[in-house]
Order: sequence, then structure tokens, then C-alpha cells
Amino acid sequence: MSTFPWLTVAGVIPLAGAVVIAAVPSAGAAGDAAQRGRDKLVKRVALVVSLITLAVTIAMALRFSPGGPDFQFTQTDQWIPQFGVHYAVGVDGIALVLILMTTVLMPVVVLASWNDAEGGSGPAGEKPPRRSVKTYFALLLVLETMMIGVFAATDVFLFYVFFEAMLVPMYFMIGSYGVGQRQYAAVKFLLYSLLGGLLMLVAVIALYVYSARGGHQGTFLFSQLTHLSLSPVTQRWLFLGFFVAFAIKAPLWPFHTWLPDAATAAQPGAAVLLVGVLDKVGTFGLIRYCLELFPSASHYFTPLIIALAVIGILYGAIVAIGQRDLKRLIAYTSVSHMGLITLGIFAMTSEGQTGATLYMVNHGFATGALFLLAGFMITRRRSQLIADYGGVQKVAPVLAGLFLIAGLAGLALPGLSTFVSEFLVLVGTFTRYEVPAILATVGIILAAIYILWMYQRTMTGPVRDKIVGMPDLNARELWAVGPLIALIIVLGVYPQPVLNIINPAVHQTLVQVHATDPVPPHPATALHQNGGAR
Amino acid sequence: MTGILAAAAPIATPHIEYGQLSPMLLVFGLALVGVLVEAFAPRPLRRGLHLVLTLGGLAAAFVLTIVVASSSSVFGHGSPGHVAAEGAVGIDRPTLFIWGTILVLAFVSVLLIAESSHDVSPFAAQAAAVPGSAEEREGLEAGITHTEVYPLTLFAVGGMLLFPASNDLLTMFVALEVLSLPLYLLCGLARRRRLLSQEAAMKYFLLGAFSSAFFLFGIAMLYGFSGSVRLSAIAAAASSNTGSATLLYAGIALLGLGLLFKIGAAPFQSWKPDVYQGAPTPVTALMASCTLVAAFGALFRVFYVAFGQLSWDWRPAMWAVAILTMVVGSIVAVTQTDVKRLLAYSSIAQAGYVLTGVIAASAAGLSASLFYLAAYGVAVIGAFAVVTLVRDQTGEAAHLSRWAGLGRRSPLVAGAFAFFLITFAGIPLTSGFTGKFAVFRAAIAGGALPLVIVGVLSSAILAFPYVRVIVLMFFSDPAPDGPAVIRPSAFTSAAVVVGVLATLVLGLDPQPLLSLANHAATGMFIR
Repeated sequence: MSTFPWLTVAGVIPLAGAVVIAAVPSAGAAGDAAQRGRDKLVKRVALVVSLITLAVTIAMALRFSPGGPDFQFTQTDQWIPQFGVHYAVGVDGIALVLILMTTVLMPVVVLASWNDAEGGSGPAGEKPPRRSVKTYFALLLVLETMMIGVFAATDVFLFYVFFEAMLVPMYFMIGSYGVGQRQYAAVKFLLYSLLGGLLMLVAVIALYVYSARGGHQGTFLFSQLTHLSLSPVTQRWLFLGFFVAFAIKAPLWPFHTWLPDAATAAQPGAAVLLVGVLDKVGTFGLIRYCLELFPSASHYFTPLIIALAVIGILYGAIVAIGQRDLKRLIAYTSVSHMGLITLGIFAMTSEGQTGATLYMVNHGFATGALFLLAGFMITRRRSQLIADYGGVQKVAPVLAGLFLIAGLAGLALPGLSTFVSEFLVLVGTFTRYEVPAILATVGIILAAIYILWMYQRTMTGPVRDKIVGMPDLNARELWAVGPLIALIIVLGVYPQPVLNIINPAVHQTLVQVHATDPVPPHPATALHQNGGAR
Repeated sequence: MTGILAAAAPIATPHIEYGQLSPMLLVFGLALVGVLVEAFAPRPLRRGLHLVLTLGGLAAAFVLTIVVASSSSVFGHGSPGHVAAEGAVGIDRPTLFIWGTILVLAFVSVLLIAESSHDVSPFAAQAAAVPGSAEEREGLEAGITHTEVYPLTLFAVGGMLLFPASNDLLTMFVALEVLSLPLYLLCGLARRRRLLSQEAAMKYFLLGAFSSAFFLFGIAMLYGFSGSVRLSAIAAAASSNTGSATLLYAGIALLGLGLLFKIGAAPFQSWKPDVYQGAPTPVTALMASCTLVAAFGALFRVFYVAFGQLSWDWRPAMWAVAILTMVVGSIVAVTQTDVKRLLAYSSIAQAGYVLTGVIAASAAGLSASLFYLAAYGVAVIGAFAVVTLVRDQTGEAAHLSRWAGLGRRSPLVAGAFAFFLITFAGIPLTSGFTGKFAVFRAAIAGGALPLVIVGVLSSAILAFPYVRVIVLMFFSDPAPDGPAVIRPSAFTSAAVVVGVLATLVLGLDPQPLLSLANHAATGMFIR
């Protein structure tokens, strides 16, 4: 295997881009025109940098061998020997697809937020304040570095560093560039996440102290921590420390209340990253850290978490139906979907976990597309209220059509990518927990209600006053959202390449957590298992 | 006959290790020279002379500290150190680390004190003039500046060097007074809001005098218990179980009270917000950094050396103090509207985090606390340096509402302050996180898990006021008549830049300083 540090390079490129952008001097006295020129340069740099990062991660993914070692592209260097901390990175299949999802979303977000920093999509009546464009894009790129880092880290300390440091750029993006109650939302987001993170810190340190028992040098390396033998009671406490942080991040009911506020206040681009990537850090953490480090505690808490997940699915869906704000509605659908992902993870079956991991990726693309299209609409009408729209499909058919596809992906229509993952999750859950699976299926029916009703209210019917003459998507917006729609369709028809990457990692997780699949009650599930063994 | 003979016997001259004590002696010597400069040098020359003496002296003392640290006569053959000056001063690695830290922090603080441009000088023209009187106005118009602050600072720093190094309690008491008295004076010298400043000085003096009295009582009790004021003798008496336990425990309590007062640990914290708010901001920076380090150094020495065997006895009380300190500091910080008071309460909470390292009562705890103090000290000076820059017509605009929209107007200054707040909040990739991680790790390894849980909860609470300030600076619209950020002179800029760089470097690559602290702590204190 080549020793080229793929992950480090992929992580450093956006950071370097951010430094370059930060170094672009503002035009200052040279006037508005000069400043606009500088801003354009900044945006182009950001786009190019994010595309280069995407190219690097795709090249890396092509070199990934699904049958190879658990962690690939590994790199381990001393960082703080005093604490036994390493700069250790590496990816398994799950982390790889999530990194790919991140780097795919990034150029999309850059393109979509092209004008957002100048106050592109404020609600009605709010004069968009002029803000520093270069800071916005520098923050975006810094965030990308941290998102790659958080998925790539194989040292718990390093993971924690990225997990927490990630909050800062997102906090500024919501607080400085957001709309409406952005200050409140930003503070709520930061404090919620910080509290969860600090509880996790206690567990992280305790884990280290336990690893140092018996005269060993303590370690944070994931590969060594999985061999740690802890008493069941200790496991439970440490599990809770990690779990609360991830449950807040994901967010799982009842830790979800920050998400609707934050996603509503954030610009659409930032909201895509918030819901698309940051939330996945939570579910990723559940698989990687909660399950693999604390297998017996995971089994112990499974009933509780399944209950929370099912409540989240139904609660998120029902509350979404009642929303009057477009972005808030989408945020609540996310709460519902994240419950489904958690359900799949804790079903502890290979279909369930494969489905959950695939769902993380699909949800990133589908909800991302939905947020972006809603954002494009909001930019035009300058309102987030569903009631202000109507008949959009007559004036902007392309926008409406794409919105429909993204929406249908949200309700998991067969043929679209989310269907595959949702089906796998439900099947995987049903084989072990029948009642929760049935309740979760009710969530899908509710999804049909909130999506279709939203579509009906905004897109169909008579054209409302201020919607008349609303321009359809322009080329930039099409380029931004097109790839996501394409991915939704392609992964819906042919998810096998992604499944091939995910399956060995899921298998490894299940071995680590001592879970075995129940005897397949139906030949259809056996088929998927063959896919997994390949 | 025999009595007369004994009286006639020559008194043995005390043996003083001048080399080992040279950093401290240099600082004291230069402080005396500073007094002479004040007396004899013509007024226009004074400031320049003082600057050379003070900054040069602190730098030279730092170099001497390094020389002592690397001298084989002290630390050769695995020796943990040397008890110098007839047993009065312990020269060991933790002490030298603390000395180095204090000298660096004092150097940076003096940069703030030296901020010169006439209308910005933080000190009153004539401290003796009644506030609002004609005399005061004359002094201001004549452009008189207080140059006494430099020798006063040097005396205080000298006391701070001696305080953690004292190997017997009487020396420690003298050091406590030497470091406190100049600080009481310095607190009352603010140029603006003089009544507030004088009130602060008065409060600090009265409460400080009380705590000194308690400290002295404690010494008396311990002397009654062990028959000696030497720390090692007290430790020996405590472990041999002779003497009255009542005297011992009362002594520990009273001595601890005096030390905890200096640290500002709850329930002895009430002076801190008033004094931090009223004192001239550069002096606040000096107190928040150097005094804290010195006081913790003394606390460590007393509790590790004299009462090291009794950790089972004092630990429960220290637990209570640490928990109370963290909780009070963080909760009360939430309600603050003055940036200096906010930093004061934050400093109280930070002292609580360091106390968790003290409670670990291990080399790891000592090393973590040393690192924490150094990292926090540099950052807090930087934060106060920023406070000196945000001004309106009445002087520093310390009320938080005046800071609204600062990030829009002066992104660099506001950015630096936000960075300091982020490090105080303990977010990764800053020195604050490394420090917090280090002390919490030592505490968990020492079995103080509940303490650490209180610690993280308090950190989460404390994050709220920090975050609120960031919201104000960056996400709020600026007030039309808001304060302006003055163009900092090279001195203040240097203090801010040092703070930012140190915070960043200690967050990204803390290993060198951690190793140094670890190396300093492994030998522990000399007995």
C-alpha cells in the first residue's frame, strides 16, 4: 500500500485554501467595485479548493480496497507524547463514504452560498447587512478540514479535538451570517454542543486512565482501546458520556431542540453542512465509538435508545407537519430521519447498520438538496413562510421539479436513494424488533404527509402575488443542486458500489459489538448478506 | 561564667548561596535602584531609566533562572534541589519553573504598565491629590506621570518570587507582605474612576490584612504544634504524631485560609471582582497572572511539603473549596455586565480548575497545574491588554453593552479577545484546552472523578458569558456612539501578540512546555 498521506493531504488542502483566502486584502478605500472584484476572487478560490479536495478524496476512494484491512490510508505520529496522544488517521468504509459525502457537498455549498455572505437570503423586510465575504468562505473551508478530520481520526483525543473545534466556525457562520434569531440560535447551538462535548471529555479522559491501568503507558489510539477490558458498570458510565454528546449532535429526541433553531437561522449553505454533515458526526460516533468501545453497555442501553429513536421518528414527523416555516419543517424532518438512522444502528443487524450508514450518505444529499432548493426560493421571495408561496411550479418549473424529486427522496420513494437505505433499516430492525419497526414505518407515512403537503402548499395552486415573475433556477444554482439530484437518482438505482465499501466495516462493527444476525426469516434479506460477504 | 562565655562566642555568619538566589536578589536590588532613580533622576529621564531597569532586570532575572536551573551544583547527581539561605529558601525545580513563569508574565505585564501615550497612561498623575480637586487637574495638565509604579512592581514581583520558594513559614509571611503591600498601592493609582480605584485598594488592603493575620495565626499554631516554622520540621512532627492535633488542624485551616484568599478561591473570593474592576487594568493583569502563579506556588509547597502526609485530612476540605470555587465563579460570571468583573469571576473559576490539580496531590497534578497557570497567565494578560484598548471619553469602556459591534469596527482586536475567551472556555486547539485536559486527567487519575464532573459542568456554564461577549462583539450591530479602539502602542500590541501566539502554540504543540513542567514536577519540592 502506498504511503502517500491521503487523508492528511485531503484535510490540509481546505485549510491552506482558508489561509490563502484570509490573506486576500480587502479593498478598503478602493471602493465597492474593487471590493466586489476581490470577493469574486475569494469565491473562485474557495470553489477551486473544494473541487481539488473532492478530486483528492475521489482518487483516494478509488484506491480503497473493500476487502483490505479495517483501516486504510493510516498514518500514526506522536503528537503530545506526555498524554499519549497521537496524530492518527485512517478510514474504514463508513468513514470513507462520509468523507466523500462531505467533500461532495462542499463545492455544492460554496456554489449555492455564492451570494449568501452579502445577505442573499434574508427574510422580508430585513435589509441584508454587508458582511465580510472572505471570512465566510474561509470559515467554510476551515470547517471542511475539521469535518474531514473528525471522520478520519483514529485517536480518540484527536477526534475530540475536531469534534469540539468544529463548533467554532459553525457558530460564527450561524451567528454572523444567519438570519432572524441568529444570535439566539448560535448561542443555543454552541452551548448545547459544548455541554455534550464536555461530558464526553470526562469519558475520554477516564478511558485513557483505564488504559493506563497496570503500568501501561496510557493511550488514546482507537485500535488499542478496543482491546481494553472494562467492567460492565464502567462501560455503562463511559458509554453514557459518549452517548450524550452524540445524541446532542445527531440530534436524537429529546436532545434535538437546538437543531430547528440553528437550521432556521443559518444560511441554506450552512444549514446543509449542519444537517448534512455535522449531524452525521453524531451517528458516526455512535457506531465507531459507542458500539465498538463499549459493546456490553451498547446492548444494555439498546432498548432505551430504540425507544428514543422511535419517539424521535414519530415526534419529528408530526411536528414537521405542523410547521409554517420552510427551513424549520426540513429541520424537523431531519430529526425524524436521524431517529431512523439511530434505529438502524442499534438494531444490531447487518441490514440495519448497512442501511443506517447508507442512509447517512443519502440523507446528506437528499436533505441537502431540499435545503438548497428551499434556500433558492427564499432568496427570491425573501420569506421563509410556507404561506407566502403558492403556484411556484407555474413560474419556475425547474425549481419545482427538482424540489419535488428532493422531497420525494425525503419520503423514500422507490427508485430514489433513500428508499434503499430506509428499506434496509426497516428490514434490519424488523428481524429483531418488530414493534419498533412497525412504528417506524408509520413515520414514513407521516413523511408522505409533510412532504407532499409542503409541496402542495408552495408549488401548486394559484400563483401568489409576489411569486409572479419569480425567475427559475440560473446556471449557478443548477450546477449546485444538479449533482445532488443526480446522486439521489444514481444511488437509488445502483447503490452497490457504496454498499460494497460499507459492508466490511459494518461486519467488523458487529463482530466487535458481539452481535449476530437473527436467522433470516425471508430470502430477500439473505440476498443482501451475500452482498456483504463479497 | 559559662553564660558570659557563650555570649562571647562568635556568631556564625549565615551562609547565603548568592548564585542560587540571584534572580530574586537581582529583582529586589533593581527595585531599590528604582527608588533611587525616583529620588535623584530628573523627571524627564525617569520613565526611560525605569523601563530599562525593569524590563532589563526581569529579562536578566529570567536568564539567571535558566542558569540556576541548568547548574549542576544544585541539581547534580539526581539531587532534587538545594535548601538555600540557612534553610529559608528552597531552590528546586518546581520553584524555578514558577520563577520562570512569573518573570515572563511580569515582563509582559510591565509592557502594559509602560503604555505611555499621555492620555492613555493608566495611572493617576498624583495619587495623593483628592479626586476632582484643582490639584488633580494641575497635575494632569503638567503632564506628571507616576513613575513610582515601576519600583513598586519590582518589589511585588520580588515578593512573588520569594513566596513560593519560602521553605519556612516566617519567610513566607514576609514574602506575602512584600508582594501584597505594593499591590495595595498600585490598585489605588487608576487615572480614571479614581474613587472606584481607591475603594478597591482599600478593600483589598483590609481584606488582605485580615487574611495575613489569619496566616500569621496559622503559623503560630503550627509553631505550637511542631516547635518550628520550617516546613520539613512540621511535616516530620505531623508524621511522628506528636503534639496536639487541634493545633495542627487549626494551623492548617488558618494557613490555608490565608493562601486561598490570595488565590481568590471561594468562599474567600469576594475581593477579586471589586479589586480587578477598580485597579488600573495593567495592574489587574499583573495580579491575575503573576500573583495567581505565586500564590498557587506557595499553596503547593505548603500542602505538598508540610502537609503532604496529611492529604487524607485536608483533601475533603479542599474538595469543598474547589467545588464551591468552580460553581460560584462560573454561575456568578453569567450575570456580569462589566468586562473586568467578568474576567475576575472567570479567574475565580479557573483557580477552581487548578485546585483540582492540587487535590490530585501527585507529580502529575503538580505538572498539570504548572502548565495550566503558565498558559492561563499569558492569555489573561492578553485579554486585559485588549480591555485597555477599548475606550471612550471616560476612559476604558468596561461595560459590556459598550462592546456591541466591536468585531465590525475593529475585527483584529475583537478577534484577539474572542480567541482569549475561547481559550478560557477550553475549546480544543487552544492552550486553555490543553491545560484543562491536563489537570482533569491528573484529577481523574487521582480518583477525583466527581470533582472533574463538577469541573466540566462549571466550564459549560462559564462558556455562556464568554459566548455572550462574542455574540455582542460580532453578531450585534455597533452602537452609534460606541467606544473606539485606540491605536495600540508597540508595548500593548506586543502583549496582545504574545498572548495570542502563546495560546495558539500551546494549543497546537504543547509538548515542549508540558515536558518542562513534567520535568519540573517529577522531583517535587525539596524538603
